[in-house]
Amino acid sequence: MGAAQAGAGPVRVRRAGWERAMSLECGVFHTRYESDMGLRPWPVQRIRLALFAAFVLAFPFFASPYWLDLANQVAIATVGAIGLNILVGYTGQISLGQGAFMAIGAYSAGLLTMNLGLPWGVSIACACVMTSVAGTFFGLPSLRLKGLYLAIATLAAQEIVEWGMTHWTAVTGGTEAIVLPAPRLFGVRLNTGFSFYWFGVLMAAGTALFAANLFRTRMGRAFVAVRDQDIAASVIGVNLFRTKLLAFATSSFFVGLAGAMIAYYRTIITWERFTLETSIVYLAMIIVGGLGSIRGSFFGAVLITLLPALITNAGRALQDTAPAVAGLLPYAQQAVFGLVIILFLIFEPKGLSKLWGNVKDYFHVWPFAYRRG
Amino acid sequence: MDVFLQLTVSGLSTGMIYALAAAGFVVIYKASDVINFAQGDLLLFGTYLIFFAVAQTGLPWSVGVLVTLLLAVAVALAIERLVLRPLIGEPIISMIMVTIGLSSILRAAVNAIWGPQPRSFPSFLPSGDVALGPVILSTDRLLSIPIALGVLAALWLFFRHTRDGIAMRAIADDQQAALSMGISIPRVFGIAWGLAAASAAIGGIMLGNIVGVSPNVASIGLRVFPVVILGGLDSIRGAVIGGAIIGLLEVYTGGYVGRGLSLVVPYVVLVLVLMVRPYGLFGREIIERV
Repeated sequence: MGAAQAGAGPVRVRRAGWERAMSLECGVFHTRYESDMGLRPWPVQRIRLALFAAFVLAFPFFASPYWLDLANQVAIATVGAIGLNILVGYTGQISLGQGAFMAIGAYSAGLLTMNLGLPWGVSIACACVMTSVAGTFFGLPSLRLKGLYLAIATLAAQEIVEWGMTHWTAVTGGTEAIVLPAPRLFGVRLNTGFSFYWFGVLMAAGTALFAANLFRTRMGRAFVAVRDQDIAASVIGVNLFRTKLLAFATSSFFVGLAGAMIAYYRTIITWERFTLETSIVYLAMIIVGGLGSIRGSFFGAVLITLLPALITNAGRALQDTAPAVAGLLPYAQQAVFGLVIILFLIFEPKGLSKLWGNVKDYFHVWPFAYRRG
Repeated sequence: MDVFLQLTVSGLSTGMIYALAAAGFVVIYKASDVINFAQGDLLLFGTYLIFFAVAQTGLPWSVGVLVTLLLAVAVALAIERLVLRPLIGEPIISMIMVTIGLSSILRAAVNAIWGPQPRSFPSFLPSGDVALGPVILSTDRLLSIPIALGVLAALWLFFRHTRDGIAMRAIADDQQAALSMGISIPRVFGIAWGLAAASAAIGGIMLGNIVGVSPNVASIGLRVFPVVILGGLDSIRGAVIGGAIIGLLEVYTGGYVGRGLSLVVPYVVLVLVLMVRPYGLFGREIIERV
């Protein structure tokens, strides 16, 4: 049958639906541009995504409160890590000011509710916009400074904002915590582990979807061009001034969202959550997960959030056999954190995202030993 | 006037300790373009090593200082060989993160071995007070100024007159040309880390004498950035002058304006310098502009 039509056009392989769904990332022929350009062009990818979504939807129904809390932290960290990755991983502008931007998000959300009485949803939205504006302002030095100098400038910004948080008592309450009213949606308290989970997942998924599509637009591609070679980018018509500021604005929008989410999840805002340590933890997430990768941001957020918890659990398990271990736990957490960063940088600088890619590549044309790349 | 003199001396002595930490930073940056976020933790490590050698083991302080220096240099050489060398030529973000990882490990190690509580230190610098005209100054602070200046002068002479020092400058100037002249880059990087650790250890020893032994010592690591940016990232002379200026600025704002401000003023200066003159007072003007 195929031979009879050979002259008429490209041969299309038709297969049964089930067989197509099970096919790996090969042997699928797209006949329309739309299907070729989808975020998930292969059936097997859609199945993986559906399985993951099913897991995410089922998770809160069998998870303990402890794991729900960790999952919520991961959701918040995912939003923040994607935000930071837009700036550092995709646009190549190193920022040590993540903690400061999250602080601006958290404090704006909290203060808008406390002083103006705005509902929580509105104040979170306003906080994102305000962080975005602040991020653009702190991005101004990036127009003159590159690389290491920019990193040091953002370090200074972090220190200055941190000082402002603790000393500008009239506005932030200084070192005292700000306590917020619990957010409610249709009469349901949103800051419990179970109900915040849905909000967190929604925000994380929305951020991931936005970011994934961002890098398919002209603006997103301009970000990447600036990272790879800024002079070449400006030669092919990318306005460096606009692009860098836009990158700072977009990135800090999501970072501010993460900060505001923390504020409403904990319903208490303290400056200790937004120090230089926070900036470092988030940088570690995107390094370990993979610079310039959305799924990497998620993997990194999961690993770096769960790492201290896993070490604590391991320590508790060992407590009976070796009681001395308990006292060393905080230092073990700190040391393992440093070790994970160093080992990833030395052995897999592209992070977990690359490792996951390796796994997929292995199965790409499985069971044949022929591999891409 | 008395207050002014008092503040000046204390600012200068703080500044000289900053300068010692900054000098180590500058040496590493000059040789290998690595921005060392672990400099404060090297200092912390030095403080605890001298505490271990003198207070815990009971060595006489002259031997203790020697042991401290040797151990600090050994650790730095190990760090250079195991962690930094595989990453030569990687992008800046990797270099920043790897030294941050190192700092986290060093700090955890110090805390795990010696505990987080501050320790009393049998100081060996004479700690009495001297009356200098109308003002009374503590001897250990006063003494730390010439000691630091001596070490920094030695570093400066090293860069100017020794074979390895000149090799280091050659590498800073043009790595490929230096390689083709037969300079061994790994050897020079090793020396740079050794020197940085030694100068940090000396700073740590002095800090142990002046303010005592506690994990807070590591916070100096971040204070180094205003100093090196003000002085110029690749200049030892800049580290000395920058250290003195930042140290003085801190105590003057602390003494005359209010205590809270002294924490943030160095960073405000840092931002201003970056905007106006990013290569600092004495740095080479080859900073990349966009």
